[in-house]
Amino acid sequence: MGTEVGLGHFLVVSAILLVLGIFGIFLNRKNVIIILMSVELILLAVNLNLVAFSAALGDLVGQVFAMFVLTVAAAEAAIGLAIVVIYFRNRGSIQVEDVNLMKG
Amino acid sequence: MIYAVAVFAPLLGSLVSGLLGRSIGDRAAMAVSVLCMLVAAALGPLACFQLVSGETDAGTVSLGTWVEAGHFHVSWALRYDVLAAAMVAMVTFVAMLIHVYSIGYMAHDQFPRYRFFAYLSLFTFSMLMLVTADNLLQLFFGWEGVGLCSYLLIGYWYDRPSANAAAIKAFIVNRIGDLAFAVGVALVFVKFGSIEFSTIFPAIAQHQSDTYSVLGGTFPAFEVIGVLLFIGAMGKSAQIGLHVWLPDAMEGPTPVSALIHAATMVTAGVFLVARMSPLYEFAPFALGMVTFIGATTALFAATIGCVQNDIKRVIAYSTCSQLGYMFTAAGVGAFQVSIFHLMTHAFFKALLFLSAGSVIHAVSDEQDMRKMGGLARLIPWTCVVMWIGSLALAGIPPFAGYYSKDAIIAAAYASGTGIGMYGFICTVLAAFLTAFYSWRLLIMTFHGRSRVDHHVLEHVHESPPVMIVPLLFLATGAVIAGKLLAPLFIGDDWQAFWNGSIFNAPTNHVLADLETVPAWAEMAPLVFGLAGIALAYVMYMAFPLLPMQLATKFRGIYLFLLNKWYFDELYDAIFVQPTIRLSRMLWQTGDATLIDGVPNGLAELAVDGSRQAVKIQTGSLAVYAFVMLIGVVLLVGIFLVSR
Repeated sequence: MGTEVGLGHFLVVSAILLVLGIFGIFLNRKNVIIILMSVELILLAVNLNLVAFSAALGDLVGQVFAMFVLTVAAAEAAIGLAIVVIYFRNRGSIQVEDVNLMKG
Repeated sequence: MIYAVAVFAPLLGSLVSGLLGRSIGDRAAMAVSVLCMLVAAALGPLACFQLVSGETDAGTVSLGTWVEAGHFHVSWALRYDVLAAAMVAMVTFVAMLIHVYSIGYMAHDQFPRYRFFAYLSLFTFSMLMLVTADNLLQLFFGWEGVGLCSYLLIGYWYDRPSANAAAIKAFIVNRIGDLAFAVGVALVFVKFGSIEFSTIFPAIAQHQSDTYSVLGGTFPAFEVIGVLLFIGAMGKSAQIGLHVWLPDAMEGPTPVSALIHAATMVTAGVFLVARMSPLYEFAPFALGMVTFIGATTALFAATIGCVQNDIKRVIAYSTCSQLGYMFTAAGVGAFQVSIFHLMTHAFFKALLFLSAGSVIHAVSDEQDMRKMGGLARLIPWTCVVMWIGSLALAGIPPFAGYYSKDAIIAAAYASGTGIGMYGFICTVLAAFLTAFYSWRLLIMTFHGRSRVDHHVLEHVHESPPVMIVPLLFLATGAVIAGKLLAPLFIGDDWQAFWNGSIFNAPTNHVLADLETVPAWAEMAPLVFGLAGIALAYVMYMAFPLLPMQLATKFRGIYLFLLNKWYFDELYDAIFVQPTIRLSRMLWQTGDATLIDGVPNGLAELAVDGSRQAVKIQTGSLAVYAFVMLIGVVLLVGIFLVSR
């Protein structure tokens, strides 16, 4: 077996990241910030995919698109944290169990 | 011109007191209303005299077009012939006296009186419109007008549930007759292409043999129209079957009873038959029915009158019975005699009602004759005029009723037909009962031992002059009207007097035959009348306990009569209760269950559904995210599988 890092390795890492992120979202019962971090992980997994395929296929569009995703992720993180701050100010808690105002 | 003013003066009085009564005040409204009636009562008879004396010619006073639709043409016009003019004279005169009387009678009423006088005048106007109509639609206008006004006046004391019930009853029972009447009018239009009397009457000869084919049978056209119009007349004139509203109409103030029962409203049916005499003369079956119903009613109502205890109800049934007499005469072709009786009856019946009102006034609104008695000394004037009215009603010479009633009975005999004989027997028996209940009323009210409550007795007083004077006028009429009018209405020169306003077929000799009636038939009503008086004297004066013993001995018959032959109960069982049940079914099943149930059920369903759907919203972010993930996986899975 060669030691060269191929496309398959990138995809495996990316898949692990994705699954980590997903489980981070709904196995997490405590903290809203962890959910934000998990979302970030999922986006990174996607980015990794894009870049890996871009390199493998020699098409730069994938890398350009990854830059856009990063921007969106940054904006999303900013807005998400802002909501968390405001939410804490109003309710005095950011426990996931306490976020149930939408309950019917 | 005089004629038109006489007809429209009551309308003016009604409008002024009705619309302005609140602002110009009670007294002024009353004054205007009574003044207008005085004008009408001066001009109405004047117009009649001018016509009879030949000073003016019969004709039509045209007032304008009412309906103009294709071939259907109706105008507002006043027919000016002897029949109409005589009715106008009588209606205006009697109604005027009733207006004057009402000033006194209604003086202590709780309501403002302008409303009462507005209705009263409107009633008079409607009746005048009815009698002066020159087409059937205008007649129908007046016909419905008196129906409406009777409703308003019977229910005048609208805070009494019984008065409201009586008013509605009168209105509805009249509607039943009016339906037949309206159909009759429609058939007249279909047959003649017009409903103007001046077009119909000349055309009658050429339509004589026309027939209708309905339901597999063939019926002569005139018979059908005649019967339908007569059913209308039965409703208005309270003939047997449709009479049930009339006794209940006593719920209104007494002047109203007098106006309804004497001058206006109930006589409309008799007038209609006389007015349509050209048609009825060619409808022998319809005429036979008129006599049959009339004679039956005359006897039937008289039997009930004998056992009633309410003073006004006795007189009400007497009206019913006397209207039966009029129809009996009209049915045998003696229309003139029926109108003659209508005139004399107007005087003595108005007199009886108004004096009954005077009695009621005197004994603090008590109407039960069992709580009267011995009032003659306390209210002598009322007693005297009531005696006169009763003498006239019973047909004792020389009072008015003698001439007209005997003429009716003689006409029934003279007609010589089987149905005429039936009429003769019924009316003679009714004459006996009439005299009996009249004297029963007089004796129970004015004579014998006083049964008046002693608190009431202290306040018994004669009515004020404003009530007594009209009574005296009417009493004069009740004495002389018969003697005065008999030579004109049914005397030798009747053809010249009526001047063709009432039609008699060439084969109709009833009026001529009146003279040839055998003496025993001529005397029968008088003998029976005197016997009735004697019986009343024996039963209520000489042996006052006798009626009670008879009532207990013949309890069945007594109750049958006291409950008015159970007509109300019968109608209640046949018509009223099934209607109520049907309505209740439609209301509870149809409306409440079905019509309300469907939308309500749908709404309920939506509410339940949303209540269930709401539970999905747990509010837990983790669950939402999980569901979202499952969704994505599913969608992607489907996409991959189906690609």
